Amino acid sequence: MLTAHWLYGISACLIMIFGLRAALLHDSLLLRIIALNIMGTGVFMMLITIAYRGPDAAPDPIPHALVLTGIVVAVSATALALTLLRRLTEEQDND
Amino acid sequence: MINTIIWLVAMPLSGALATLLLKRYATAIAIGTGIATSISAAILLYAVATEGVMLYEIGGWSAGLGIALRADGLSALLSMMTAIVLLASSIYASAYFKENSVRSRFWPLWLLLWCSLNALLLSGDLFNLYVTLELLGLSAVALASLGGKTAALQAALRYLLVGLLGSMLFLAGVTLVYAGYGTLDLAALSREVTAGPIAWTALTLMTVGLLLKTALFPLHFWLPPAHASAPAPVSAVLSALVVKATFYLLMRLWLDIFSDVVTPIAANLLGILGAAAVLWGSWQALRAERLKLLAAYSTVAQLGYLFLFFPLLAALPAGPARDAAMGGLVILALTHGLAKSGLFLAIGVIQQRSGHDTIRDLDGTAQRLPATTFAIALSGIALIGLPPSGAFLGKWQLLAASFSSGQWLWVVVIMIGTLLAAAYTFRVLGHAFGKQPYPRRPVSIATEEWPALILTAFATIGLGLAGAPVWQLLKVSL
Amino acid sequence: MNFDTWLPLFVVMSSLLPGLVMFFLNEGSHRLRTLLNMSGAVLKLVLVGIMTWGVFHEHIYEMRWTLAPGLELVLHADTLSVLFVILSTVLWLVTTVYAIGYLENSPHRSRFFGFFSLCVSATVGLALAGNLLTFVLFYELLTLATYPLVAHRGTPEALRGARIYLAYTLSGGVLLFTGTVWLYSIAGSIPFVEGGTLNQLDPDYHPQLMVIFLLMMTGLGVKAALVPLHGWLPQAMVAPAPVSALLHAVAVVKAGAFGIIRVVYDVYGVEFTHQLGLLTGLGIIAAITIIYGSVKALSQDNLKKRLAYSTVSQVSYIALGIAILGPIGTIGGVVHLVHQGIMKITLFFAAGNYAETLGIHKVSEMDGVGQRMPATTLAFSIAALGMIGVPPVAGYVSKWYLALGSLEAGMAWWVMPVLVISSLLNAAYFLPVLYRAWFKQPATQWPHEKILSSRFETQSALLWPPLVTAALAIAAGLFAASPYSPLEWAALIARREYGL
Repeated sequence: MLTAHWLYGISACLIMIFGLRAALLHDSLLLRIIALNIMGTGVFMMLITIAYRGPDAAPDPIPHALVLTGIVVAVSATALALTLLRRLTEEQDND
Repeated sequence: MINTIIWLVAMPLSGALATLLLKRYATAIAIGTGIATSISAAILLYAVATEGVMLYEIGGWSAGLGIALRADGLSALLSMMTAIVLLASSIYASAYFKENSVRSRFWPLWLLLWCSLNALLLSGDLFNLYVTLELLGLSAVALASLGGKTAALQAALRYLLVGLLGSMLFLAGVTLVYAGYGTLDLAALSREVTAGPIAWTALTLMTVGLLLKTALFPLHFWLPPAHASAPAPVSAVLSALVVKATFYLLMRLWLDIFSDVVTPIAANLLGILGAAAVLWGSWQALRAERLKLLAAYSTVAQLGYLFLFFPLLAALPAGPARDAAMGGLVILALTHGLAKSGLFLAIGVIQQRSGHDTIRDLDGTAQRLPATTFAIALSGIALIGLPPSGAFLGKWQLLAASFSSGQWLWVVVIMIGTLLAAAYTFRVLGHAFGKQPYPRRPVSIATEEWPALILTAFATIGLGLAGAPVWQLLKVSL
Repeated sequence: MNFDTWLPLFVVMSSLLPGLVMFFLNEGSHRLRTLLNMSGAVLKLVLVGIMTWGVFHEHIYEMRWTLAPGLELVLHADTLSVLFVILSTVLWLVTTVYAIGYLENSPHRSRFFGFFSLCVSATVGLALAGNLLTFVLFYELLTLATYPLVAHRGTPEALRGARIYLAYTLSGGVLLFTGTVWLYSIAGSIPFVEGGTLNQLDPDYHPQLMVIFLLMMTGLGVKAALVPLHGWLPQAMVAPAPVSALLHAVAVVKAGAFGIIRVVYDVYGVEFTHQLGLLTGLGIIAAITIIYGSVKALSQDNLKKRLAYSTVSQVSYIALGIAILGPIGTIGGVVHLVHQGIMKITLFFAAGNYAETLGIHKVSEMDGVGQRMPATTLAFSIAALGMIGVPPVAGYVSKWYLALGSLEAGMAWWVMPVLVISSLLNAAYFLPVLYRAWFKQPATQWPHEKILSSRFETQSALLWPPLVTAALAIAAGLFAASPYSPLEWAALIARREYGL
């Protein structure tokens, strides 16, 4: 019984859904950025989960590569988002 | 025949780095890179036309572990359009940006955008598509926020968040695909994907993500502010190319890879949303106060036309009728890309001359810039779908497909949409006739006015009269 | 490089290329502009002459170009095309001379003549169209080319008139386009063939064919000013006189009528149209338009508006001729295409002269104008008499054949009254004008008299065109029986259509 496997899979989905909900419903931009990150984490967890190939075989390396790439992309995107947010608040303070 | 696929990705990338390091020569490097990339795109187009699908495996690793770049008729045509639009817009941009600080940040991002567009169009691998999608989104947002004030920054940030949401959904779909089929290679997937819950869920996730990025009604809310507040050359590229790239992905998914999974109901849903986009977008364009908003809403409407093809292509059996419709879809997309970018560039000229782009106060400026006004007229003709534009042929095919598959609803939508487009186009053009004297020379500043003219002339005359090869090229497919 | 293939394209290009060049000319280059205009017009005339001779001797002139799979652009010269092309070419030549004189010292002449030439190119293109796709393509181009001409003056009235014009013509265009695509989806890419080909289709398609006919007639009827689609025509009178002359004698209105002829004769076939019961409907609309136009003309004081409503009425004679089954009715309708063109353009030239030289825009201001401008008024009178149907001016020939044709087709019981009533109405709105012009004393001062250096009553460029066209109108009537008259050519067309 692969309970750990299913546990990871279901929690990945739940994290994704919570992140999505927060991103759609919150008003504050900063919270939305964080929510999107959480959603991303959920997706990454999903990828890691599907890399499992059974107790004896080594896990599939391809999803791991995908997750690493995804993390890099998410970090860059978050950096851009935060920079824009900061510039926006600066401009709004100047107005 | 040399394989120029990798150059299409590598040249803009190295150009971006070079403009970042050698700030003094940035403009020259950028234009030079642009010309070189365009030539490569032309060579690729010719190669695909004569030799069929072109393949390039990065690093020599074959599919399975490696990443493949593939060019078929559709990708080659779209990358050619990308090259033409970006080259013309680059020439325009070299005259547009006055401040050095903005300009030095502009060129690297611009070339990065070009690189990501080409990489997206030529990718043969699903995860690579995700990466290029993200790269495209980030560079587009960064460009849209350049030198902007509050409104532009807000619009850009919203664009970014919506884009990120879309990419996340797309990635979730990719995850499911890998879990279900064990491969990410597009060619392999199109053979193996069959209907089932995994394919269903994956397609839905990816589609919703891409619809967010392509701004299909009702997920279009972010587009008008973003495209209207960006600098003119950026708006041109956003409306003409960026949304087309994500639409291209939808085409690949629906018509190619998941073609066995698609049901008529799902296709009809896309069609209905497309119809709503046509009507809503055209109506809003008619009511717009500013030229750039008009153009942005017009993009929403024109994308709607492209989505009308989905239920028709699903309903027609494989054969000459379906091929004709496919060609109509592509030529409509190509014409819109060229015409819309030309329109935004022309609006940019007007905005710089008169300091605003309010339609009501357009009179004097429009009459003092006959070449630019003519470019707007040509663009309008292409957006309405009047002959001799490529859009005329595209709309013909759309109508023909509607008649032959018996789906009459789209006929009414197309007719109303055409009339609304005519209304908002001629609302603008009416300002070109007035009391101002005709200026001595029709074109005042070459680098600013010629790109718009050439782009729109291509769309309205070139594609319309010489568009038959499009259908030939589309026969070369993955 | 076969000459036969390229001739139709050259005929279109002979005005298109000079037109495109003219857009880039400086406002001040009068000579170059005039040179381009005249050389294009003369070249076109020569090419058209060659084409006429060839078509008469059953030469084939055809050019094909593939736009997309199943969609071919075809330029093909047959007897009907040649009729319209000759009319357009000759009248364009005359109107160009007139326009050069009329617009002297006006602003935006390069733009005007550029679009003017585009307009003629589009007209000739649709005359030479060999299938519906090509026709629709040039039909829409015509709309695009004429809009800037109507809006030319840039005044709020001009812009408003142009907007109305566009609303009508583009809506009509959309309907025509939709009908055409529908037809293509049923019948494939059908060329214009004398006698029509649609009768060979499966009878199951007949209901669809009827709806398509309705769509197309509505689309074409806008430009042909069939009631109730005629509303744009009086509004478009804000355009300068050369534009009104060209639009109403040659280009737009005739393009609509020509389209109706093509669809009924060369797509559906006149007997098939009759079989579907559509021919009678067309006839009824034509009759209503004839009467309505004449009635409205009675109440117009503005001269150009009166002439506009007269055009609404007169062009429907062509539609009436088509609706009368049988070759004689056809001859009447087709030849009226030419006759009405020549007569109406004369009237508009004269109206333009009155406006330009004396500032007269209204009929009530025309008292005694015959004493001040006798030559112009003579031309006006000749054309007006032709409109009423008085021999020997050409109009009576068309009416005669329409009457005869209706007798033969058994439709005389309603066609004859229409003809009689409309001729009476024509007299009612033209004769008083002639009476005023010749027999009343002029007012002490004309509304806005121009001081002219010319020893003639007005500039020569404005004087000779109406005299030339009036002479042509008399000649067409007087020499109708000669082998080179429009009537003989119309008879040739009818013979080939009915396979006689």
